[in-house]
Amino acid sequence: MPLLEVRDLSVSFSTADGVVQAVRGLSFGVERGQTLGIVGESGSGKSVATQTIVGLTQGARISGHSYFEGRDLLHMDAEELRQVRGAEIALIFQDPLSSLHPLYRIGWQIVEAIRAHEAISKGDARRRGIELLRRVGIPQPERRVDDYPHQFSGGMRQRAMIAMALALNPKLLIADEPTTALDVTVQAQIIELMKTLQAEYGMAIILITHDLGVAAGIADEMLVMYAGRAMERGDRDSIYHRLHHPYTEGLIQALPSTSRAKDRLVPIPGLPPSLIHLPAGCPFHPRCRYVMDRCRNETPPLQTVGGVSGHVSACWLPSDRVGVDAEVAKAAP
Amino acid sequence: MASSALRSEEYDADVLVRVENVVKRFRASGRRPRGRDEVRAVDGVNLDIRRGETLGLVGDTGCGKSTLARCITRLYDLTSGRVVFDGHDISKLSRRRLRPYRLQMQMIFQDPYGSLNPRRRVGSIIGDPFAIHGIAAGAERKRRVQQLMELVGLNPEHYNRFPAEFSGGQRQRIGVARALALNPKLIVCDEPVSALDVSIQAQIINLLHDLQDEFRLTYIFIAHDLLVVRHISDRIAVMYLGKIVELAETEELFARPRHPYTNALLSAIPVIEEDGGGRRQRILLQGDVPSPIDPPGGCSFHPRCPKAQHRCSGEEPPLEVKLSDRPDHVAACHFPVEPGEDLGFTWQRATEP
Amino acid sequence: MSEVLARLEELPTSPAEPPPGAIEGRSPWQLAWARLRRDRVAIACAVVIVLITSVAILAPLISLLLGHERDTQYLETGLTAEGLPRGPSAQFLFGTDDLGRDVLVRIAYGAQVSLLAGVVASFVAVFVGVVVGLTAGYFGGALDGFLARFMDVVLSFPFLLFAIALVSIVGPSLRVAIGIIAFFSWAAVGRIVRGQTLSIKEKEYIEAARSLGASDVRIMFVDIFPNLLAPVLVYLTLLIPAAIVFEATLSFLGLGVVPPTPSWGNMLADSLSFYRVAWWFVLLPGAALLTTTLAFNLLGDSIRDAFDPRGERLFRR
Repeated sequence: MPLLEVRDLSVSFSTADGVVQAVRGLSFGVERGQTLGIVGESGSGKSVATQTIVGLTQGARISGHSYFEGRDLLHMDAEELRQVRGAEIALIFQDPLSSLHPLYRIGWQIVEAIRAHEAISKGDARRRGIELLRRVGIPQPERRVDDYPHQFSGGMRQRAMIAMALALNPKLLIADEPTTALDVTVQAQIIELMKTLQAEYGMAIILITHDLGVAAGIADEMLVMYAGRAMERGDRDSIYHRLHHPYTEGLIQALPSTSRAKDRLVPIPGLPPSLIHLPAGCPFHPRCRYVMDRCRNETPPLQTVGGVSGHVSACWLPSDRVGVDAEVAKAAP
Repeated sequence: MASSALRSEEYDADVLVRVENVVKRFRASGRRPRGRDEVRAVDGVNLDIRRGETLGLVGDTGCGKSTLARCITRLYDLTSGRVVFDGHDISKLSRRRLRPYRLQMQMIFQDPYGSLNPRRRVGSIIGDPFAIHGIAAGAERKRRVQQLMELVGLNPEHYNRFPAEFSGGQRQRIGVARALALNPKLIVCDEPVSALDVSIQAQIINLLHDLQDEFRLTYIFIAHDLLVVRHISDRIAVMYLGKIVELAETEELFARPRHPYTNALLSAIPVIEEDGGGRRQRILLQGDVPSPIDPPGGCSFHPRCPKAQHRCSGEEPPLEVKLSDRPDHVAACHFPVEPGEDLGFTWQRATEP
Repeated sequence: MSEVLARLEELPTSPAEPPPGAIEGRSPWQLAWARLRRDRVAIACAVVIVLITSVAILAPLISLLLGHERDTQYLETGLTAEGLPRGPSAQFLFGTDDLGRDVLVRIAYGAQVSLLAGVVASFVAVFVGVVVGLTAGYFGGALDGFLARFMDVVLSFPFLLFAIALVSIVGPSLRVAIGIIAFFSWAAVGRIVRGQTLSIKEKEYIEAARSLGASDVRIMFVDIFPNLLAPVLVYLTLLIPAAIVFEATLSFLGLGVVPPTPSWGNMLADSLSFYRVAWWFVLLPGAALLTTTLAFNLLGDSIRDAFDPRGERLFRR
């Protein structure tokens, strides 16, 4: 049984301009100790989806299931959910300055987090907190444990967030764009830290990012989202080297890669759709260069492609057509 | 002895901007060690920017790249040093005397949501340069603004719309149109695509590229994303704690990075590996960039450098040609990285075809 | 650690192409106006204010129609045999005051005073406050230091003592009252404007304007000022009722409008000795004052909500 299994998740919000369909019919799973990378651009629904599956979204219409070790988080009472959320599922966000409380010392926040879920003394909790800060690579943790968040640099703050997330040995860590605001060198440090800790603690990770390169560095499985739906899902190599969905192809082609000559980049033409007025059929069809008549009217379901059982794609193109254009594009002068 | 990367008589006509020993210090605020009350954001930079080139400026947060760019365009006053623009020394000019030069140096900003006044219509925002400098009015101004909108890929009929009605990529286009209005010679792009989605990034970069060709612009391009910088730059300057630590033509920098910091930077780039190649090793620097208030002595990189030796803590390395490199490739290091040297990374292997 | 609040992911703030039939070029003003129009309380208040203003403007006409002058004491018809005020009747719709004058006509003329004082004083205060606040916030440094301190001093002035002192020197009048009200109101506006200016000054579009070569004056008026208008407008609509009450207070204390010119304030002052025998004399000017200030206050609230509807947009990016 996978650690986390999301089935048919849909989330929509009512606004003055209409109903925003942020997530539609999303399904995926995460195995113990594995990393799932969820990739998508703005409006793809990746953040809404992950916040919803741990019950953090309010004021929305939600349907579907989110089974964590067999228990449905979306149909659990609030107290039980709160317990699961701190102790077994931890979250870190893009901007630690807004998710760490600015007026309380880091040490105090960690201690509070621990003691909200475990009955141990303040002294013991503080000791554990200092050890955690050391473990995530913050120098002189005995001194820095009493600092306020604004006294840390960006990278250090992110490490402190990770320390706090790890305080209770969670089984699953959900990291929403944890490195986006950081310098490249610091980004590398944080990703390596997450990999090391994953090996050590045996936890699963869901990494949400718009950066395909970052995902490539850590993900075992990948999920590509667009306009609230899953477009393609599979293990890392399948997605990067034997991709199927034109959107995935578009994302990879739009990157300035290491091996292509310096000429024009290949953007995806057009703009992401409004989540209130979604196009009929496949949501990507207005921008897809392989668009067929069928795409405009019928929404393609996720189908197995490339003969690999774990690799699915929501596209009407033939299922054996994998990786061709991506390789061709990469090799072009 | 300066190398030709920095200064050369034969390049004079080709040099659009000459930066000489520019220093910019800020008064420090907040917690600071005893006796230190200044931040040396830019600490003695020498640079020639050639006409028509794109110079990439990279480095971690706090390295001074944004400050340097703003010193060049005189949005900041210089603490010391000279900036010579198109043969004119603009280092000490008053704001009033600087105005004509503003026509020639423009800036594109990072935040598509903060760089446009939300209470003004787009036509008015793009028309600002005309209004400020008293060029073209009324119908003529509107015509030129709409021309600019078309040029950057916006629908000229949206002249009366407000920024909130545009997407992030479109807002950046508005910013580009505004920068282009008065035919500048130099455009400083300060992280112009960092806040945009990948697919939109590519559109904007192509746009910048096309405009450069068409209008023979010179760009200073500041960005986090090294692959983007590599794609668009002719030369790249790597900065660390207010100084340039390496400067070379783009492909040369990526092929033969001499400074250990450059090596670490390049190896940190998240790259999609080749099929079946597994994940490559990276150089991981220890700790954080030190505070610019209290920079280390000697070579400011020495506390984190895998190659540091005794000499590095006492003696600041000059920026000059190393080993048998080409004359326009300079680095500031006592012990530059040799070809084939393994600092714990395999960047070379990952980039070979 | 408290639970982290839910955040919506960055949704595009607008569709790439607006759906067909959508309004083009909706400015923040148009949006606020649209919201205001749907607000029933706001409409009711606006109607009330228009009514009161009409009464104020048409006061001479009302006086003519009723056949009663403003200051004329109708001793025969207006007072009882004992010399006490008459209650509301066919002849005197709102009754008479202690001197036999028509209360309705006097309330109508009193509306002129209240509105005039309220509106003029508020506008003067806002004008001065904006100029000072904008200058202080934009230029910073020593100038800001001085102006900010100056505003603090003004705000700490004891208004009553000052009013009494000034009036004893120059004598009471409507003009003096307006001056006093404006003097005590501008600093609060100035502080708000200064704060707003300080935060707007840091925005990138201001840096962009500088890099285009815009002069300080241009930046202040073209780039900063439009962003101040909304909060200033809201504050103005909340300042007017305060000014009206301020004037009534001054007149009540004899420091404002001088009898026989009626102001709701001095009418209230006169009425207090007669409250037992002439309830209409107390209640009706009081009701007029209450209704007017309430209408302005509620309208001000609605305007503030129209510019800043909470809970609707959490979008960012």
